[in-house]
Amino acid sequence: MADGLMEFVTFCITTAVAIISALFVVFHRNPIVNAVALVLHLCCIAVFFLLLSAPFLAAVQIIVYAGAILVLFLFVVMLLDLRAEMSRLRGSGGQVVLASGAVAGLLALLGIALRRSRQTFGLDLSAGEGFGAPEQVARALFTGDMIAFELASILLLVALVGALMLTQAHADPKER
Amino acid sequence: MVATDYYLIVSAVLFTIGVLGVLVRRNAIVMFMSIELMLNAVNLTLVAYARQFGSVEGQVFVFFVMTVAAAEAAVGLAIILAIFRKRRSTDVDDASLMRW
Repeated sequence: MADGLMEFVTFCITTAVAIISALFVVFHRNPIVNAVALVLHLCCIAVFFLLLSAPFLAAVQIIVYAGAILVLFLFVVMLLDLRAEMSRLRGSGGQVVLASGAVAGLLALLGIALRRSRQTFGLDLSAGEGFGAPEQVARALFTGDMIAFELASILLLVALVGALMLTQAHADPKER
Repeated sequence: MVATDYYLIVSAVLFTIGVLGVLVRRNAIVMFMSIELMLNAVNLTLVAYARQFGSVEGQVFVFFVMTVAAAEAAVGLAIILAIFRKRRSTDVDDASLMRW
């Protein structure tokens, strides 16, 4: 009982922090604040993963997303030396209103889809004990989804080479 | 135990906040951050359903989504750097040569 209460309280607090940090990512002028708010948001998502019996994914989220991808974002923000005034909201107030209307429509659509889909309130969880443990995910990754795993590594190699090629300074004289 | 539907509602809200970020901001890097918001919301949905239906495939899919997000962030930021080097601006409205 106290267990369920703790879980619910954690869920509510994490939801609030996730939504507030997401709003900071979207609406704050300073890009550094946006990046740091995104780090906080990713940590909230990791807490959600822990609540959802996905400890391996929570660790991968912190290590890969918050620890590598976001650091990449921060490096680029610092490299480009963006100033706060370069990050104004787009266009006139009319465009913001239009975007908000479109987003409200999207939220309504998602809400309708949620209402019409299979309600999970009464269903018991099909996940047993030890669900989401690293052994289980690793067993799926290295046996059933082996091809996808190898393709993902090729994808990362291609992305690495592509990023290097794109950011190389062109030093040959024909470019001038 | 928090029902799966609550996680889905949270995920929908976070996704729409990400969409709002892509539509409203004009700085390319912040638009990329909003795309990361959307990807994380989808990851949350996948993991919630993985637990509900007891299928670890959902979590494996999230693993690959994170991989693709990493690759996309690397290449996308490299493109932004290359454009910035030419134009001295990350404002997407400035890179409008191919617009109608």
